[in-house]
Amino acid sequence: MTRRKRLSNFLTYLLLLSGFLLVIVPFWYMVITAFKSQTYIFEIPPRLWPEEIIFNNFINVITGENFGRFFVNSMFVAVISTICTVLISSMMAYAFARFEFVGKKIVYYLVLLGMMIPSVTLLIPQFLVVKSLDLVNTFGGLILIYITMNLSQQTFLLRGFFESIPTELEEAALMDGAGRWTIFTRIILPLSKPGLAAVTIFTFLYCWDEFALAQVLITDSSKRTLPIAIALYQAQHLTRWGLVFAASIISFIPVLLVFIIFQKQFTAGITTTGLKG
Amino acid sequence: MFKPKRKSFKERIIPYLFLLPGLILMALFIFGPLVYSFRISLFDWNVIRPERSERVGLENYARALNNPVFQRAILNTLSYTFVTVIGQLIFGTLVAVLLNQKIRGRTFFRVAYYLPVITSWVIVSLLFEYMFNGQGGLVNYLLKDILHITSENIQWMADPILTFVPIDLLGIWKGVGWTAIIVLSGLQTIPGQLYEAAEMDGAGKAASFFKITLPLLKPTLVYLVVVLSIGGLNAYISNSLITDGGNPLDQTHFILTYMYERTFTNLEFGYGAAISSMLTIFVFIYSVLQIKLLQKRNSG
Repeated sequence: MTRRKRLSNFLTYLLLLSGFLLVIVPFWYMVITAFKSQTYIFEIPPRLWPEEIIFNNFINVITGENFGRFFVNSMFVAVISTICTVLISSMMAYAFARFEFVGKKIVYYLVLLGMMIPSVTLLIPQFLVVKSLDLVNTFGGLILIYITMNLSQQTFLLRGFFESIPTELEEAALMDGAGRWTIFTRIILPLSKPGLAAVTIFTFLYCWDEFALAQVLITDSSKRTLPIAIALYQAQHLTRWGLVFAASIISFIPVLLVFIIFQKQFTAGITTTGLKG
Repeated sequence: MFKPKRKSFKERIIPYLFLLPGLILMALFIFGPLVYSFRISLFDWNVIRPERSERVGLENYARALNNPVFQRAILNTLSYTFVTVIGQLIFGTLVAVLLNQKIRGRTFFRVAYYLPVITSWVIVSLLFEYMFNGQGGLVNYLLKDILHITSENIQWMADPILTFVPIDLLGIWKGVGWTAIIVLSGLQTIPGQLYEAAEMDGAGKAASFFKITLPLLKPTLVYLVVVLSIGGLNAYISNSLITDGGNPLDQTHFILTYMYERTFTNLEFGYGAAISSMLTIFVFIYSVLQIKLLQKRNSG
């Protein structure tokens, strides 16, 4: 290795490590705070390693104030929305990928248009529509909107994916008299697992983290989802950051698991579509 | 593609059946609401009794545009967008260039840099609020006791300008990982021979970055500018949690936090709808420009 090469390697690692510290220190600080007792929350100097590690915050969060319920609420809404989104968007993507029909181009542009409308600007009319359907304060209202908000993006992602699958198998099945639905569920979907995995991750993360809609559509405290619960938790317990971050960490665990398990599909999904998760 | 000689009615109806559930949902919860929103914005909307709403034409728009709090919110949103887009681009490109080398631990760094992206806005907003706390926050400790830049703790959240330090830094911090992955995928399309040739001609790393990498990366960067600015214009959660509703003195709103407050706290649905319609139109024009740019890029 030449001196110059070594210097350049050294610089690369120096920069990457500084960046890594900038990313990780806040997370570390959050984790450490969650394991501190309240007396040490604003200690000077702030410690990045606690005097003693206590689990009280986690115990208090899990046992108190409906946290378990909020977790289950979030899980229910996210799982149902994700399953429906995967099914409905792959149906749409299949129609666009394999059929020629009147109005195809226009309908596809409409679907893409859905991606360009900033979600928060739909907040007011969506609230009013849900209200007129009498679905305020129900998981149903939230789930229907979550599915809809993900359709454009995921249909776009899956259309590309389906189009890359060779048509021979389908043609053979068609000759054998298989119906389109059978072909879709027995051939297309099983062959598209990586694409479906990407859709699953994107949609799950969206539903798990969504804040603005949940804030407006759910006012009944027992039906809250985690992001709302955590924000309110902080408002109620002002300086009890240990509790707030213990709650945050618990709510982050499913996301972290999903991310670690599906890391490859996740990155592939982002780079092939350029979509913002 | 399948092309039977003569399609039966059943055969022709099939694609529409596959589209139906999705299109119904989109009509009901996206396109319907979009049109509805424009309509509401023309009324002094009565939420309890919509039929009693009074048509006021463009008055909501005029009132919003003449309102100093809204004007300030526009300014705040634009400056946030400007700062965070530039920040994400610079750091995202830097990280991507670093990770585009054959080095050990690439995957590790890539996963680490992506952590903020997947963490929910609520969590990271609260985390930054805590780190920038006016009394014993980590940032004040660093500035005062370690680096000795200030002699007093800085009250970040009490000042209408300084509040944006944590908000802007958060916007950059959270977005660098995503930006880097997109830039990285752009970098990987650049043929390695170009760099080898440049090296043979005696060009240094800096020279080949500015003469080869940047020009070839331009389409990716243009795309990123557009997507990231749309994200910036739509920022909501971080501001809402950190400023707690425009504090101090209603000086720190973003367009959407202000829209939210007027609509759901003051129940001025017409006024809020006017604000969100303006943002929608602006973002839409911006998106159309994006498509034009992308088409230009695809056609050469």
